[in-house]
Amino acid sequence: MSISIKDVEHVANLARLELTESEKEQFTGQLNAILKYAEKLNELNTDHIAPTSHAFEINNVTREDITKPSLPIEKVLLNAPDDEDDQIKVPAVLE
Amino acid sequence: MAPFDLSLQEVGAKLRNKELSVAELVDASYKRIAQTDEQIKAFITLNEEAARKQAIELDNQLAAGQASNPLFGLPVGIKDNIVTEGLLTTCASQFLSNYNPIYDATVTRKLREAGTVNIGKLNMDEFAMGGSNENSSYFVTRNPWNTEHVPGGSSGGSAASVAAGQVYFSLGSDTGGSIRQPAAYCGIVGLKPTYGLVSRFGLVAFASSLDQIGPLTKNVEDAAYALQAIAGHDPNESTSANVSIPNYAESLTGDVKGLRIAVPKEYLGEGIDPRVKDAIMAALKKYEELGATWEEVSLPHTEYAIATYYLLASSEASSNLARFDGVRYGVRATDAENLIDMYRKSRSQGFGAEVKRRIMLGTYALSSGYYDAYYLKAQKVRTLIKQDFEKVFEKFDIIVGPTAPTPAFKIGEQVGDPLTMYLNDICTIPVSLAGIPAISIPCGMADGLPIGLQIIGKAFDESTVLRSAHAFEINTEFHKQRPSL
Repeated sequence: MSISIKDVEHVANLARLELTESEKEQFTGQLNAILKYAEKLNELNTDHIAPTSHAFEINNVTREDITKPSLPIEKVLLNAPDDEDDQIKVPAVLE
Repeated sequence: MAPFDLSLQEVGAKLRNKELSVAELVDASYKRIAQTDEQIKAFITLNEEAARKQAIELDNQLAAGQASNPLFGLPVGIKDNIVTEGLLTTCASQFLSNYNPIYDATVTRKLREAGTVNIGKLNMDEFAMGGSNENSSYFVTRNPWNTEHVPGGSSGGSAASVAAGQVYFSLGSDTGGSIRQPAAYCGIVGLKPTYGLVSRFGLVAFASSLDQIGPLTKNVEDAAYALQAIAGHDPNESTSANVSIPNYAESLTGDVKGLRIAVPKEYLGEGIDPRVKDAIMAALKKYEELGATWEEVSLPHTEYAIATYYLLASSEASSNLARFDGVRYGVRATDAENLIDMYRKSRSQGFGAEVKRRIMLGTYALSSGYYDAYYLKAQKVRTLIKQDFEKVFEKFDIIVGPTAPTPAFKIGEQVGDPLTMYLNDICTIPVSLAGIPAISIPCGMADGLPIGLQIIGKAFDESTVLRSAHAFEINTEFHKQRPSL
């Protein structure tokens, strides 16, 4: 499997990245090299091997449904780039 | 003798006898930083005003006889991906250059409660992606042993700062070797605990199935006490392990008689610098003298670990870093036309090349049509790598090998070649995939640069790892060597 500049543009769109032309070229080459290296894994037959998603299984970590104080709004907004009426403000969602 | 060359017991005794104050310790830290950090560049942000104020409060507690923790009064540094309330936490990224956390990470809180003083935030590879600190978007930290060489990474600032005597110890994070490898390159001790032993609440996530916080220290005893302070279950972190925590200092008996050591042939094969191999063989001889036995073993899936790691870690990173969208915090691009455009521009302007590369790789590996071929395949190979270790641990107590295949390389030497850079992690990554604990301790020098010995243990058996490392340390002099600055 080899990836083209078009694939890189598609993935960049999925990842919400805007790449320059030279970044696109650089990533096409580098991602191809890394993915080619990753094909090494196909040497192994893993048909009957269970995947590991975490090193040690922990199941269903729950807690009692008790209301606790949340972070105060004025503190939460300290890092917000823009806010109005105790809400975070963003550019237009719809054109 | 500089205060940071004293042992924990000596510092504690001097504090209680009023020969030394916390204010003096903190002052010594900032003086040393003033002398050396222009060369080393370990710190991104200093916490001087708050630290000096806190020192006065701690000295009052000391006078009132309220100083019981062995870490009381010690100046510490914290990697800049661990949040600190009211103190900039940038992850060495332009994206978070203005991020001022509104809460403390669990480890930050625990260290403060132990009576340590946070001196400042330490440089790293951006979002912990890298092994040289060259991916910091601010500046490159230098190796205190030779400033033309990298300190390692991603916890390069954490390692360099301890090696340069700027802080008593530091915290780092390790996803594929990011505590152990810089500790090896800088000639200090670095401990990656078992996955889940230390809470990651407040650690900016990179690869959540691998990330773990641990201490970087001058010696093994300090590592045991530092681990004691930060280990333990945390209801704020759902992957935090609910296990009982032993007394780690009690495990430092100096006795390794009968200890069964496994030495994986894959860790001493092709690509390992002969000077590194010699140092490891000499260390094994030392263990024999101390009454331990060793045998060569095989971890047959080692050669698949790096590919597995980069697929899994990058996939998880692409998901974790989706939160950096410019909405709630971080630097928002100002020239955006609409919301999606703002996401794109903020992320593209805020992230460096390595971060973008890994987000791209991870997004590709998780995208429709490729998930089974890359991500799921890597998860299955991870199982095989984990089983390699489980088999060896049926017959052995610890596994010993190098931490890194070479001593620290030169700044700029590997920048253009991500794949070669990734291969530096061949001895640390399999351990991270298995989730088990490992420590790097100094075991030799090559042309003025330190070499690290890696000791790997069973899950949640930090006590045996620390005991084995300590026994080597008290019978050798490598940990006493200091760079001249």
